[in-house]
Amino acid sequence: MSETTGAHRTHAITLTVNGVLREVTVPARRLLSDCLRHDLGLTGTHVGCEHGVCGACTVLLDGEPVRSCLTFAVTVDGHEITTVEGLAEEGALSPVQRAFSECHGLQCGFCTPGFLCTVTAFLRDNRTPTEEEVLEAVSGNLCRCTGYQNIIKAVHRAAEIQAEESG
Amino acid sequence: MTTKLFGEPVQRREDARLITGQGRFLDDLGANALAAAFVRSPHAHARIRDVDVSAALDVEGLVAIYTWEDLPGLIAEPLPLLIPHPALTHGRTGHVLARDVVRHVGEPVVMVVAADRYVAEDACALIEVDYELLKPVVGVEEAAEAVNLVHADVPGNIGAHLVQEVPSAAGTSAREAIEAAPHTLAFRLDIERSASMPLEGRGVYARWDADDESLRVYTSTQTSTSVRMAVAAKLGLPLPKVEVIAPDVGGGFGVKIVHPWPEEILVPWAARLLGREVKWAEDRREHFISSAHERAQVHHVRVGFDEDGHVLGLDVNILHDHGAYTPYGIIVPIITSTQLVGPYKIGAYRVEFTSIYTNTVQVTPYRGAGRPQAVFCMERTMDRIAAHLGLDRTEVRAANFIQPGEFPYDQGMTFQDGRPLIYDSGDYPESLRMLKELIGWDSFPAMKAEAAAEGRTIGIGVGCYVEGTGVGPYEGGHVQITSDGRVHVSTGLTSQGQGHETVFAQIAATELGVPIEKVSVVTGDTRRFGYAVGTFASRAAVMSGNAIALACRKVRDKALKVAADALEADPRDLEITDGVVHVAGTPSASIPLATVAVLSNPLRYAFDQEAQRATQFAGPSSDDRPPVEDGEEPGMEGRDYYSPVRSTFASGMHAAIVETDPLTAEIKILRYVVVHDCGKLINPMIVEGQIHGGVGQGVGGALYEKMVYDEHGQLLNASFMDFLMPYATEVPRIETAHLETPSPLNPLGVKGAGEAGVIPVSAVIAAAIEDAEGITIDRMPISPSDLYSLRADTRLRKTQ
Repeated sequence: MSETTGAHRTHAITLTVNGVLREVTVPARRLLSDCLRHDLGLTGTHVGCEHGVCGACTVLLDGEPVRSCLTFAVTVDGHEITTVEGLAEEGALSPVQRAFSECHGLQCGFCTPGFLCTVTAFLRDNRTPTEEEVLEAVSGNLCRCTGYQNIIKAVHRAAEIQAEESG
Repeated sequence: MTTKLFGEPVQRREDARLITGQGRFLDDLGANALAAAFVRSPHAHARIRDVDVSAALDVEGLVAIYTWEDLPGLIAEPLPLLIPHPALTHGRTGHVLARDVVRHVGEPVVMVVAADRYVAEDACALIEVDYELLKPVVGVEEAAEAVNLVHADVPGNIGAHLVQEVPSAAGTSAREAIEAAPHTLAFRLDIERSASMPLEGRGVYARWDADDESLRVYTSTQTSTSVRMAVAAKLGLPLPKVEVIAPDVGGGFGVKIVHPWPEEILVPWAARLLGREVKWAEDRREHFISSAHERAQVHHVRVGFDEDGHVLGLDVNILHDHGAYTPYGIIVPIITSTQLVGPYKIGAYRVEFTSIYTNTVQVTPYRGAGRPQAVFCMERTMDRIAAHLGLDRTEVRAANFIQPGEFPYDQGMTFQDGRPLIYDSGDYPESLRMLKELIGWDSFPAMKAEAAAEGRTIGIGVGCYVEGTGVGPYEGGHVQITSDGRVHVSTGLTSQGQGHETVFAQIAATELGVPIEKVSVVTGDTRRFGYAVGTFASRAAVMSGNAIALACRKVRDKALKVAADALEADPRDLEITDGVVHVAGTPSASIPLATVAVLSNPLRYAFDQEAQRATQFAGPSSDDRPPVEDGEEPGMEGRDYYSPVRSTFASGMHAAIVETDPLTAEIKILRYVVVHDCGKLINPMIVEGQIHGGVGQGVGGALYEKMVYDEHGQLLNASFMDFLMPYATEVPRIETAHLETPSPLNPLGVKGAGEAGVIPVSAVIAAAIEDAEGITIDRMPISPSDLYSLRADTRLRKTQ
């Protein structure tokens, strides 16, 4: 469904965000990052470059990491989105979230939501990653604070927590 | 006993909100605010003939368009020159919107306010600015020739010129000492432009409350108190009617200490004028072309030395490119000049810098702030001396070290805080010993030979630095224990990821003897603390850390006094453990701090049951003493300030082993080792994190990052696609060791740690590549292409 207001055609779309059905009307050019942040008030997803390089805006689209700054909201009508706000399950921090805090894998925290989403998908698909695989997994996200060492440590620690808890 | 937290790797208290998406960064605020966007100059140097906004007026959702001519009073005047200096004879600053002439690509010309950012940018695209092109001045050496001028009234494009001379003990000048020295060398060293490049750009959000005639400004800044003073002054508002808050800030690294940015004046002004909330969040291209850069300097070095490598005379001439404006004065070249001497006793020293205008983005401090250049100069010099004399590079350094018994050591210059450059403490020989052991310096030649036998090229490098940290003038701390037993700590300086909420809570919990869970910390909010300088120069832990400790000690003294009255004990016999005041050795004689807080505030009205204890009929009190005695104040709170006589000097040494690919010239860091001395550690986990991050940025500066301007003054790589910041794949694992020589200058014995990691990296990597390749490295950063060309040049020279 679409309607016209002024010069800009808008489109009503339905997204399942963090398990909740959300209906929103957006212009065709609205970026998914802006839709999440400004239309849906989920400001945990951050925008660091708006050209798809830094990875801060990474969210999970049907479980897979995507750059929400390179995605038009209208193109994901009907799909499932997970943002950083949806990583904790029933109020309990996920293994990835806990590991990042435990290992001091964040400083200013601006890039962190992108890393958390990326790593969540990575460790779902690869529960026992090697050093090389971890490095590869986080090598599409920029962090200007940590020098990455503790982020890498956190990914290994998250895998460990995940293994312990799935017992 | 859980309250001794100073020195422990306490988990960060900031993390809970940041890992759940509950942080509040600038653009997360003001959901209903109007959006501002800017038309910025596409030219490096041009005169504005006309601004035609007519086509933009029909854009639906447009609210306002402003050019310089719309600006009233002081807002139309040039921005302040923040740090004047007698040598800065021709300081120049820009306007919040360009007046007549634009001097770099990215300078703001028109501000648009609209319903949202998309609409604001639509309107910007329809505004026509007619420019008369002027000759751009690009490149510091071209600018020094002054064929064209950046500012018509600045002859020679020279903003500042400063010479500092430190003669030898015998009174010999550096130039005389060099002439008389057994050996002399002269060479040139270059560092290119880079930038702080925090992942979050700048941003401002302002709310004008017409009923209260007050303004609240949120800004992604490293100094909210000074932004507040600037905004109040520019807008002509009474200071108490302006509050400025730094929310969660997504990295600063120096660029956000500059203020007021044009947007920090324009957004509050528009919010007040329009009676609407207004917000501007910088996009990445804007950050590249309209905030600030650093690092670019050309250095000409002359050095004289003896057979053992003792430096007898050092003469350094620096050309500093400060871009189009000098809002932050000449702090960067001053720091290069003064910190260049590092951990060494230089026989006689002369340093001269000329600070030059170019039609490029302005230059202001970026983490390290002139020190990476300084250390590159000094350490490349040490390596050249060693090569010339055929000595081990670490021996030459050791021959020149200030010895542990020689502190305080006066370097005979004036530092960036206007105070004498006197080192307070350090142990450089021990640092070097630890470093050599960690990296395996003495066994490296064997390792190198082994690698060579396998057809691999490896090299080792070392770099030493001294960093003046914790510069004044002061910071303050306020501590309040409320009647629920909670401890509220605030300080005026701001946070950008350094973990201040954690380390300041550790200090307060330790000083007061309370569980850390009871302590909350607020930084950078003028509603809580109005007097502050800001977060820069690795100063937060030193300045606010000590101020908070002093404020806690005041509160503790008061708490013990009140508790002593209640317990009928001598305050000297009292201790505080886990938030309970008790008589030492008699745990039963005790009173919770919460109750002490209640008793500290004599009440007429009991607002709850606990408060009844403090009311006037509640218990015995002296009839001949007033409820609040002379010189006392009600409430369990205290405020204190820390203002040091001068900076405290941290130090460190790094070493790296690199491998260069014989074919592709790819440079790989195999090992990176850091020995770091920032005095007493408050939280070793956080200090390590600071070092890792600094080294990461240093690796970027050494191998990848540079701002590429063409001859027209266009920045060719203004995106993350082309300005190559390191990913996880580019930063090596960093091995660290700590040495703790406490500072005698402050109560906690701490020194700053924030910038250290970045400082020597270019020097170290250059040295390691030089060692691997046998080719002199005198310019950083160095890319594989650069190294490939250097190899070709070297081969060519050999065949000629």
